[in-house]
Amino acid sequence: MTPVLQLEDVWKTYSSGDVQVHAVRGVSLTVARGEFVAIMGSSGSGKSTMMNILGCLDRPTKGTYLLDGVDVSTLDRDQRADIRNQKIGFVFQGFNLLTRTSAVENVELPMMYARDPIPPKEMRKRSMEALEMVGLANRYDHHPNQLSGGQQQRVAIARALVNRPALILADEPTGNLDSRTSIEIMEVFQNLNDSGITIAMVTHEVDIARFNKRQIVMRDGLVRSDELVADRLNAKHEREHLPALPEPPAA
Amino acid sequence: MTLFATFRLALRALQRNKLRSILTMLGIVIGVGAVVAMVGIGNGAKAQVEAQIATLGQNMILVFPGSVSSGGVHSGSGGAGTLKLEDAKAIEAEVADVVAVSPGCRTNAQVGYGNQNWSTSISGESPDYFEIRQWTLVSGASFNEQDLRAAAKVAVIGQTVAKQLFGEEEPIGQIIRVKNVPFQVVGLLKAKGTSVMGSDQDDVVVVPYTTAQKRLIGSTLLRMISVQCSGEDRTNAVVQGITDLLRQRHRIGQDRENDFMVRSQQEIAEMATATSKVLRMLLGAIASVSLVVGGIGIMNIMLVSVTERTREIGIRIAIGAHGVDIMSQFLIESVTLSSLGGIIGILIGLGTSSLLSRFAGWPTLTSPDAIIVAFLFSAAVGVFFGLYPARKAAALDPIDALRYE
Repeated sequence: MTPVLQLEDVWKTYSSGDVQVHAVRGVSLTVARGEFVAIMGSSGSGKSTMMNILGCLDRPTKGTYLLDGVDVSTLDRDQRADIRNQKIGFVFQGFNLLTRTSAVENVELPMMYARDPIPPKEMRKRSMEALEMVGLANRYDHHPNQLSGGQQQRVAIARALVNRPALILADEPTGNLDSRTSIEIMEVFQNLNDSGITIAMVTHEVDIARFNKRQIVMRDGLVRSDELVADRLNAKHEREHLPALPEPPAA
Repeated sequence: MTLFATFRLALRALQRNKLRSILTMLGIVIGVGAVVAMVGIGNGAKAQVEAQIATLGQNMILVFPGSVSSGGVHSGSGGAGTLKLEDAKAIEAEVADVVAVSPGCRTNAQVGYGNQNWSTSISGESPDYFEIRQWTLVSGASFNEQDLRAAAKVAVIGQTVAKQLFGEEEPIGQIIRVKNVPFQVVGLLKAKGTSVMGSDQDDVVVVPYTTAQKRLIGSTLLRMISVQCSGEDRTNAVVQGITDLLRQRHRIGQDRENDFMVRSQQEIAEMATATSKVLRMLLGAIASVSLVVGGIGIMNIMLVSVTERTREIGIRIAIGAHGVDIMSQFLIESVTLSSLGGIIGILIGLGTSSLLSRFAGWPTLTSPDAIIVAFLFSAAVGVFFGLYPARKAAALDPIDALRYE
């Protein structure tokens, strides 16, 4: 079976004036189907650049990158847009939902840009299914400003799912959430992963990375360590055993 | 993304900033409204002038005496007594395609009936004059060749004269006094209204030219020769024929100027419409300037909108939108804005011109072509001024756009 991600000696160099900054210095990496990978590292480690390359938002300066068997390092702008549309589902730190657009319409967005037009009824059906998977079907007509942060992130995950991508790519998905909600989101991810979806996420939170199956640590543009998570946490279990938060005394 | 979906998206984006959209449209609304109203007024004025020109007559050519210089002193145009009755007869006899000729002389005189009197213009003409001018009679009959030969004291009067002298009374058969000469009224002319030059064409008494020359003027010089040619396409040939004939008859040398003027009806029409044409072009130019200003307003707002929605654009591109998708989204938005402004402008323009014709009495005429052109032009303004912001949006880098705060 073809791996979902296959990177070979990938470099990314930015030149600002005379100075050349090597953000990624020869990373080789393979992620198989069904994996749940955390990419970790402090700021400046090159993990954001890695994220952009993995997400086909940026092209490596050198090296080859196969996404689901397709060499994307040579594709042009619009071809990469199609690859993103079909093979990648994005989840961002800041949710990045369209404001004043209902949850279900936000989820429909990737299908709007599918090159083979999808009939509106089919779109609505698939969006509702995706919302069902993240447990938000009952809130389909709510707008982002009527939803909590955790709910917004679930809508974003539903949006990432709806085109049935090969990979879900999450950039600090819990960065804007409190710890309880973070665990809820990780539970959603674990459930999706259990159903066979490949997930790669960037995070700098060590306890969040413990919900993943595999941890890759980057430093100075290189992979420093790449190992399976030994004491993996179960999000459902963690959530159920969270200590109750103190309620304000009744007035 | 389908065109329909893009269009819906644009409408929603415009609805979101209602006040802003309306204010942006206002420029186009005013521009298109001004164009439509101006064209309506201009066309109305043109139609009015054309209607007046039609009252001149059919396939008519007028010959006037020109200026003459004697001893270095130029007389004014028409000042030369160069046109004679023989010239008129020669034109009728010798120039091809001439159907009718009327030698004309003019004088102003006080006309009296009973205790009423009225100062008017007396025209001496041949019986053909009424045919040449396409002037019918409402009652009575025109004088005939016999009256002409006999220099009979008969007169055909215009509506204004009839009203001033007779009021409600029947003028036919009555005797009027012109310079103390009694004339019998034999015919009453149909109303013709105001001429191109603004004078009242119905304020006239027409008598046989023989009578006018003998009894009223005492000179055989002509003030004008009215000629009718056989068809509009023959006009130029007849004008040329008359010119050649009169130069020959007046013995004008090769390098000398004519001592007469020949004007065809078309030339008179062109002269009359020239001013209104210039006016229309001027008004059109002003209206176009306001359209351009409106277009710049749209461009400005679209640029603001692209900046405001940088993040949204980033999300769309990240999720799989092509450059073309983003571009058409913003382009359709600006075209919707400008066409909507165009439609409102057309309605306002039509309203303005109908109000003007109702309350100010200006003749207005709106043609469907002008409305279609105005609409297409407003849509084109949207494309032209929306293109730059739309391209700017489409060229955004998704990484930067997503990071934009």
